[in-house]
Amino acid sequence: MAKRILIAALLLMPVQVMAAAGGSGFMLHAGNDVGNKASLQRGARNYVNYCLGCHSLQYVRYNQVAKDLGIAESDLEDTLMWTAEKPQEVIEIAMPDGDAARWFGRTPPDLSLTSRSRGTDWIYSYLKAFYVDPTTMFGYNNLVLENAAMPHVLWSLEGDKAAIFEDTVDQDGVSHTEFKGFEQLTEGKLSEAEYDEFVIDLVNFLDYVGEPVQLQRQSLGIKVIAYLLVFLLLAMALKKEFWKDVD
Amino acid sequence: MANGQTDTLGRIGERVSALGDWVNARFPADKMWKEHASEYYAPKNFNFWYYFGVLSLVVLVLQIVTGIVLAMNYKPSAAEAFASVEYIMRDVPWGWLIRYMHAAGASFFFIVVYLHMFRGLMYGSYRKPRELIWIIGMLIYVALMAEAFMGYLLPWGQMSYWGAQVIVSLFGAIPFIGEGLSEWIRGDYFISDITLNRFFSFHVIAVPLVLLGLVAMHILALHEVGSNNPDGVDIKKHKDANGKPLDGIAFHPYYTVKDLVGIAGFAIIFSAVVFFAPEFFGLFLEHANFEPADPLKTPEHIAPVWYFTPFYAILRAVPDKLAGVVIMGLAIVVMFLLPWLDRSPVRSIRYKGWIFKTALAIFVISFIALGYLGLQPATTLFVWLARLFSLLYFAFFLLMPFYSKWDTPKPVPDRVTHHG
Amino acid sequence: MADESVIDDEKADEGRRHFLALATGVVGAVGVAAVATPFVSYFRPSARAKALGAAVEVDISKLEPGAMISVEWRGKPIFIVNRTEEAIEQLQAVEDQLADPESEKEQQPDFAANRYRSLRPGVFVAIGSCTHLGCAPKYRPEVAPADLGPDWAGGFFCPCHGSKFDLAGRVYAGVPANLNLAVPPYRFLSDTTLIIGENTEAA
Repeated sequence: MAKRILIAALLLMPVQVMAAAGGSGFMLHAGNDVGNKASLQRGARNYVNYCLGCHSLQYVRYNQVAKDLGIAESDLEDTLMWTAEKPQEVIEIAMPDGDAARWFGRTPPDLSLTSRSRGTDWIYSYLKAFYVDPTTMFGYNNLVLENAAMPHVLWSLEGDKAAIFEDTVDQDGVSHTEFKGFEQLTEGKLSEAEYDEFVIDLVNFLDYVGEPVQLQRQSLGIKVIAYLLVFLLLAMALKKEFWKDVD
Repeated sequence: MANGQTDTLGRIGERVSALGDWVNARFPADKMWKEHASEYYAPKNFNFWYYFGVLSLVVLVLQIVTGIVLAMNYKPSAAEAFASVEYIMRDVPWGWLIRYMHAAGASFFFIVVYLHMFRGLMYGSYRKPRELIWIIGMLIYVALMAEAFMGYLLPWGQMSYWGAQVIVSLFGAIPFIGEGLSEWIRGDYFISDITLNRFFSFHVIAVPLVLLGLVAMHILALHEVGSNNPDGVDIKKHKDANGKPLDGIAFHPYYTVKDLVGIAGFAIIFSAVVFFAPEFFGLFLEHANFEPADPLKTPEHIAPVWYFTPFYAILRAVPDKLAGVVIMGLAIVVMFLLPWLDRSPVRSIRYKGWIFKTALAIFVISFIALGYLGLQPATTLFVWLARLFSLLYFAFFLLMPFYSKWDTPKPVPDRVTHHG
Repeated sequence: MADESVIDDEKADEGRRHFLALATGVVGAVGVAAVATPFVSYFRPSARAKALGAAVEVDISKLEPGAMISVEWRGKPIFIVNRTEEAIEQLQAVEDQLADPESEKEQQPDFAANRYRSLRPGVFVAIGSCTHLGCAPKYRPEVAPADLGPDWAGGFFCPCHGSKFDLAGRVYAGVPANLNLAVPPYRFLSDTTLIIGENTEAA
């Protein structure tokens, strides 16, 4: 509720646009729920299986994830902990830096803070914006991040899509290439809805990873504000009492 | 038994008061308490707007306390700064709360200071004999901007980096010495580890010392001449037989208990931000600042933090580098002159005529509009709007000697108006 | 201050005023204490410090009888000695010269409150920090060396202030140190692997 009020108040204020999307303007709303522990657990697993090969979470510790997501530390080793020996360690990748730079042209970025720098909508859109483009090195391009160095790692799950572009000429005679939609070329292992859930879980996990404390922050805030309201009432009564002297 | 207890208590009481006498013979503790609290008589008609002075003090203390502990885990080096902030946010017990308090505290500092300044504008608190209070206050404001600017570099994110880059480059506009000056400020050919290290030093010790000194002077100057009030009338004109102003009440306990209400209210709003929207939708903590500084990659859109954007908009409105910097500087300098620009026979807006009220309204709108425009990309329309509002901003000050005289004030009452 | 007469007239309010002042003061003090809690906790070891201070595994398969290795745990040297049969026998012989032969003072986990001050008599583990002023004692297993005199039965000798400990880290009487060397929590993962920093109970 408090959040709603704040948002409403903010409609009156200038809000900065998040990091801009690529030229296509393709941007979806993730709408993930960081309070959903089951989704976070699935997202963590998806991350370890599909992303951790290249993308570290250098500020995040395995045992912190276990604690926050309700995973027993003894289960960590079997489910998530593939790149570390001790649960206290941070989530590093197995691949040496130099190798990645050689294969992809640049070192794959650490994703600890991507949900805060780019936003969850961006990650969600990015993972749903890969399309077949034979002119690129890996055969895929991305609507959100044009000529992304990253291959479509999830292609086996999503299947291949083509992007349909249309050339239009506006009234000033300038031609634009406009994105019209995707066309599914091959089926993946997951249906469209399943893939969507897969990505949402992943985005959810990255949202959590961006700020692990957000799971506790708000519930503490409610207590703090409740206390302050009591104090405010007392202070008001005290003020009123003293100000009886002032006519 | 009861008697024995009373005796013991009595003896302890005697001892305590003896200790008090001992101290007071050597240090003016009692005298200062009387002068600044129990016998400092403030007008009894302070309203809502008078909370922002004490709130500025509260935020100052908050920033100092949180800053001291943050400095215990922060590493002022280009290689480690960004990671050390994330370390505080994740690994240090409660580090996240203290960091959010400090970051939101910076924005709230400007919020309360801007409202405090607006109060002064409304009620003519800068008028004789309070010119020096206003000047010292303006110095506090300038020091605060320096403090905030240097503090913003410390997280070493993309916005930190490029914001510092832009602002330090401003000094390069000064003819002849400019380039050398910006190099001297940076201590390097670009914003580097060296710059970060010296900004840290300024941010944690040099500027806070100046701020504390100025704040003490601000309060001492205020207590020397006495507080203004929403009616702008002098309460010292009417005193009782003991020399106490009839419309004055002791700061303690009356305003200490009242300020407690203001502080509690402020704490609620502050907590709402810290716990529910610490980034404040990218205004208090900018999204691009969650990406480590990269000297080779400028973010697509750079804007300073919101509290600087009115001046940033003025800078961008001027199509010449040197002139832009000069005019932006003048936008601050002109505020210093306020005590001598206002020629109205009355202090408070309550008794000023429609011209001043309109002028103040236009000024407030211009300031907010400039703040908004400074956050937006510099499109043609926005630049023209910024020019219009910059003009209005300066007109408010520079035309004040004229319109404040033409204005027809209402009669000022002899005593303050207060409905207890 | 307020007009005296006003206060006299409203004497009944004095009680309420005091009560409210007290209530606000108490609730405010609770708030200040609550705010202080995060600041106090902030000084505790961070997750990184805990990760760095996590238990360490030590391979002792190459530790010769009579030899000592030193490993680091939580910034302190941990001495691991492979005690020979003679050394173990010697422990009983010196007991009348020791300050605390029965390990009665809390300087070890419960499992080490015995003559050997260890899980297994053959392997001695202790924190290599003199209980006098924190110098690192030297391991001197030899009997009656020239510099330590004919009475030396082997043990640890602190060069800073001359404190002496036997081969179970038990302090001799009449030296500056008055406590036995501390024994850290540890357990055996296998016959030749130790983990230091985790108690037997935690297994």
